[in-house]
Amino acid sequence: MSGCQCLLIGGCATIVVAAGGRMTAGQASRAEGLAAWQQVYSVLTHPRCINCHTATAYPQQGDDRHPHRFNVVRGETGMGVPAFTCAACHQRVNADSTGVPGAPGWHLAPLSMQWQDMRDQIMSSGAVCRAVTDRSKNDNLDGAGLLKHHEEEPLVLWAFQPGRGLDRSPRSVPPLTHGEFVAATRTWVEAGLPCPAP
Amino acid sequence: MANYALTVNGRQTEVNVDPGTPLLWVLREHLKMTGTKYGCGIGACGACTVHLGGVATRSCLLPVSLVGSRPIATIETMASDPVGRVVQDVWVAADVVQCGYCQSGQIMTAVALLKTVPKPTDAQIEQGMGGNICRCGTYVRIRQAIARAAQQLG
Repeated sequence: MSGCQCLLIGGCATIVVAAGGRMTAGQASRAEGLAAWQQVYSVLTHPRCINCHTATAYPQQGDDRHPHRFNVVRGETGMGVPAFTCAACHQRVNADSTGVPGAPGWHLAPLSMQWQDMRDQIMSSGAVCRAVTDRSKNDNLDGAGLLKHHEEEPLVLWAFQPGRGLDRSPRSVPPLTHGEFVAATRTWVEAGLPCPAP
Repeated sequence: MANYALTVNGRQTEVNVDPGTPLLWVLREHLKMTGTKYGCGIGACGACTVHLGGVATRSCLLPVSLVGSRPIATIETMASDPVGRVVQDVWVAADVVQCGYCQSGQIMTAVALLKTVPKPTDAQIEQGMGGNICRCGTYVRIRQAIARAAQQLG
């Protein structure tokens, strides 16, 4: 397997990654894709990601996913409301000296990309998978588009480098590194975006 | 310590401070502009609100190193701002203020709201002002004054 390496995904499936990190088209089976999706799901439902994929009129904060303090509301665009926008506090980079996270274009995910219900309960793996792959909900992204989103979107990248909180301690990060997350997404895409049964 | 060139109320100035210093303390301690108030220090009350590039911003949470080239406007320049002047006048006419400590932040947010939404609905006023706290409870008069300012601004 010269020029390739094996990654153990979820402890149950091995996928082949070609030199340069690109999956060979058609390499991933449905089973491998489903295993990779579970890895992707573990990231999407981590507080650094799901806190801004709410079904409610507010974002969440912290590892306990409490409603965002200070009367912060979603607004029509997901960027807050006039005179009280996300940018009132969130800048383009983390402000570690004051404990405020930041990244370009800080905003809530659209309601079509909610991964929680109205009681802030995280949706099942199958339900999130179907929402993520529904092009009427996901900004018309196909598999390649979803992979690119996970590779390059500034707010996705932020989740893996979330800076320090008000108490100056590092924020927790998702269970995979960004590289592992992208590799798992690639496997899932190569397998045809399979979703678990409801 | 590092030097930062800032544009505050249209004037160029330079400060030599730690990069993590919140803008609030640069304004109050280094530039001696004490109109902007320290309330909570965690962005919860809005007393420290200034405009950064026209956006209502909590100066207590903003390290000076992240200001960049964006112009800063504080309460000290509102008297010469077309919208700020009207808001301050109606604030006086409606006798909004009680202790007054939060009011510079309230006015900065109100001005930002009216510049973004010249004719705000009651709901827009409520939500836009939702991050500014007044321990005297002048909320009703604040909302009435904003509606009145919107009327006067035509």
